Amino acid sequence: MRRTAAFIAAGVAVAMLGLAGCGEKAQVTVYKQGTYQGKPDAQPWDNERFKGDKVAWETAIRARNNGQNEYLRQTVK
Amino acid sequence: MARMKFLCDAERCIECNGCVTACKNEHEIPWGVNRRRVVTVNDGVPGEKSISVACMHCSDAPCAAVCPVDCFYKTAEGVVLHDKDLCIGCGYCFYACPFGAPQFPQDGAFGLRGKMDKCTFCAGGPEKDFSDAEFRKYGRNRLAEGKLPACAEMCSTKALLGGDGDVIADIYRNRVTTRGKGAEVWGWGTAYGKPDQRPAAPAPGAKS
Repeated sequence: MRRTAAFIAAGVAVAMLGLAGCGEKAQVTVYKQGTYQGKPDAQPWDNERFKGDKVAWETAIRARNNGQNEYLRQTVK
Repeated sequence: MARMKFLCDAERCIECNGCVTACKNEHEIPWGVNRRRVVTVNDGVPGEKSISVACMHCSDAPCAAVCPVDCFYKTAEGVVLHDKDLCIGCGYCFYACPFGAPQFPQDGAFGLRGKMDKCTFCAGGPEKDFSDAEFRKYGRNRLAEGKLPACAEMCSTKALLGGDGDVIADIYRNRVTTRGKGAEVWGWGTAYGKPDQRPAAPAPGAKS
């Protein structure tokens, strides 16, 4: 009687162990070939500094761009 | 807004490494990683040429093409960036890049290869702008501050230009047409000016 109970207990344990594998979730990320998989990035004007004002950002960058032209800087001064 | 590009004028670069230092300082780059470096051809020979090299933010970037985990992306301004959370440090991008731009921090007793690090055109990465995480992983986000890359803006001779490709191409074109090319670029006449008229011939019998 005791032996039968032990067999049953062992059988249940093995079954549980086997079933435990069924509950495992996939751990491998599925990649879409050729497309960016990372986090999205914000536009450079979408921040506290420019508050979404694209025109203000472009104006600032344009001023910096032209600041590299010393011929232009000479004529301004 | 057109594409952001770098342009290095080899006639102006004096190999001062100011761009390298500016980059290192701006982003607090660790020892052994050089997002930018100065390459000199015919070093020590008169007429040697130097250029400052970093990621050129290719329009069709080979690093992005070979990345097995697709961690590269291109912003609307044409800046090639990557997500360090996805990078596995395989080094394929380094083999693919014609400029040797991707860098891998090597620290630890066994020379572990960390996640790839490269020039971001001072545009940070896919983290919240001006956040600690963005600075720690990618460095400062000057573009979001309305500024251009520190290397180009710090360049003392303005050899290194960075910004809107159309604008810097115009600056360079204007420069080349003004200064001439080849032997016209350097020498006594360029440095001190060419004489407007030849000195008058001395009168016969005058002391020389």
